[in-house]
Amino acid sequence: MKLSQLEVGETGIVKEFTDLEMSVKLMEMGCLPGEEVRISRIAPLGDPIAISVSGYQLSLRRFEASTIILQ
Amino acid sequence: MKADIRVALVGNPNTGKSTLFNILTGLNQKIGNFPGVTVDKKTGFCALPDGRTAEIIDLPGTYSIYPKSKDESIVFSVLADKSKGMVPDLVVVILDASNLKRNLLLYTQIADLKIPVVVALNMIDVSEKAGIKINIDLFAKKLGVPVVPISARKNTGIDKLKNAIAFANSVALQQDTIDIESLAPGIIAQIKGEMQVENPYVALQLAHQHETLSYLSTTESDRIEQLEQEHSFHSQKAQATETIARYNFINDLLYDTVTKPEAAHDETISNKIDKILTHKVFGFVIFFAILLFIFQAIFSWSAYPMSLIEDLFIWLQAGAAKVLPAGPLSSLIIDGVLAGLSGVLVFIPQIAILFALISILEDTGYMSRVTFMMDKVMRKVGLNGKSVVPLIGGFACAVPSIMSTRTIENWKDRMITIMVTPLVACSARLPVYTLLIALVVPNRNVWWVFNLQGLALTAMYVLSVFSAIIVAFVMKFILKARERGYFIMELPVYRMPRWKNVIFTMYDRSKTFVLQAGKVIIAVSVILWVLKSYGPGDRFARIDKQYAQPQYTKTMTPDSLTKVIASEKLENSYAGVFGHVIEPVIKPLGFDWKIGIALISSFAAREVFVGTMATIYSVEGDADKLQSVQEKMHEAKNPQTGQPVFTLAVAFSLMMFYAFAMQCASTVAVVYRETKDWRWPAAQFAYMTALAYTASFIVYHWLK
Repeated sequence: MKLSQLEVGETGIVKEFTDLEMSVKLMEMGCLPGEEVRISRIAPLGDPIAISVSGYQLSLRRFEASTIILQ
Repeated sequence: MKADIRVALVGNPNTGKSTLFNILTGLNQKIGNFPGVTVDKKTGFCALPDGRTAEIIDLPGTYSIYPKSKDESIVFSVLADKSKGMVPDLVVVILDASNLKRNLLLYTQIADLKIPVVVALNMIDVSEKAGIKINIDLFAKKLGVPVVPISARKNTGIDKLKNAIAFANSVALQQDTIDIESLAPGIIAQIKGEMQVENPYVALQLAHQHETLSYLSTTESDRIEQLEQEHSFHSQKAQATETIARYNFINDLLYDTVTKPEAAHDETISNKIDKILTHKVFGFVIFFAILLFIFQAIFSWSAYPMSLIEDLFIWLQAGAAKVLPAGPLSSLIIDGVLAGLSGVLVFIPQIAILFALISILEDTGYMSRVTFMMDKVMRKVGLNGKSVVPLIGGFACAVPSIMSTRTIENWKDRMITIMVTPLVACSARLPVYTLLIALVVPNRNVWWVFNLQGLALTAMYVLSVFSAIIVAFVMKFILKARERGYFIMELPVYRMPRWKNVIFTMYDRSKTFVLQAGKVIIAVSVILWVLKSYGPGDRFARIDKQYAQPQYTKTMTPDSLTKVIASEKLENSYAGVFGHVIEPVIKPLGFDWKIGIALISSFAAREVFVGTMATIYSVEGDADKLQSVQEKMHEAKNPQTGQPVFTLAVAFSLMMFYAFAMQCASTVAVVYRETKDWRWPAAQFAYMTALAYTASFIVYHWLK
């Protein structure tokens, strides 16, 4: 399952990434395999989304979220 | 001032780094440039408890030593480039105690550069409140560095931090975090050997960053490129491995030293605020309400202080007229310098209010929510959510805004943002708009609360935003993308604005405006005074001679005679001649040669318009009656028709010209500096001038 498929309030655990370039940036921001993520909100126009990860809020576009595969 | 030690502040964005910097250095700071690059370098001095002085350098906030933007790339250069003697003796790493995991990534990278480190554990009060327990002694022992819990906002723990800085070791004692050599054994060893680099992590960073590091020579960079090929070094893969190894170290460290409350957190206040502020409907309503409030505030709050400043200058000019003997000198001071100066200073209240409100929006964390809400719309028109900050900043001034586009990682998004930011109604246009609106729009309320003049101003601002969006949309199809864009951004917790910071920003920006714009305006005022006080050849002498003849001296009162002579002289002065030369070009826009003079002088800076108008029309005012510029312009009549010069059509046509034309030398310079190519500012100047002419032409003929 991809992170972009979760609804607001749902959680998942990061398993792997489908895109190396994106994964490097996400991992630096504390979004890395084994980490729990929760969708905290979706922007008014449906994109981007905000997730809770590593104890803070990170916003990313839906496309970027779709490169994150959950367990 | 000579400093005994050099200390660099490093930390993630939103960790209170700049608050700490302000506390350590007080107002004793200056902004300069890092050599070779156009990144602001904030430095200040701090007295240490042992009597020594430390020079504090504030490095740009970054999440990692791997730069994602231009600003961030300076951090590694400063810490590693030994050739310029810039390397600090000590690095203070600021960690947000309530968000340690992500913050520690940067710490582990800095620590591995083996520069002495002190950790400032900021927002310790916030993390304690959240129930996070940190065993600070064990934490410090595991890292091998002094760790000082502080709260920069509440000003606690600062003395202890100063002590730690004063008594820090001059050799790096921190524990290794990860095994660096094993990440890329061959290439690290070879770079260490060939480039005389002792530290394995510096060697690894050279392999990663050699293409962007300005301190490496081309031969060095090429050699590293060659080594990468030999060792089949893959930068992104190596970085991924390294980041995972670092987080393993961090997780172990936090497991031993930090306990978090078990129970899932109640909904935080920040989350509750977000539910409203980023709501589907209310989100945008609130955003537009805030913008409307800002414009109303600029107008209504500034009215009283502005009239005070105006009165002060009228009083000064009257005083100077009494004290100084009549002649060219008093004319230069009263009509040149003082008239020009009052044109600048009168806008301080408006600029201060605008900067204060924008800094509140940034400080509270609201600005990043605007970015979050607007990203989708902005992407459609070829921009990026992060373009919102430069565009809103553009309401204040395009120059710092264009510099702030460095946070946009994507080249195409950044270029488009730079190209359209000068279209946003900046504070320099504000004087022009306020003056012209006050001249032709009645000061009346409609629907109880909306002032007509305020609405007209809001319309000009809305127009500027729309034009920026449309131009961006067009450019989206012209420019070709160089790399893919992304939008991975922290949404910081909402915080109360730091009022000291707001006041400091207000003071700082107003000062910069007065000094920067003031210099230009006074220079232009003096040049203009010379151009309008002297004419080519013997034209002035001929005028004097002509009006000395009895047919004039006998029939006219001395008062009206001086007036006629003065306006004849203006028309025949260098400025007048020049205005007449360009009049055919600007006539279709409704402008006469006097406005032409103002337009030309405004190409240095827009706000010069007001000063120029003051200088030009001071010729016609009665000598014993000193008026404000607005009154003078209001009374200005076309000598042929006797009709007022500033009709609704002319005023709005002028406003259109100022809305679109690139009349700002500083912006042209900064666009060149940021793009490193003259074609960018040239293209920008050309398209904006064309837009300005077309818009003025249409508006003038529509309203005429």
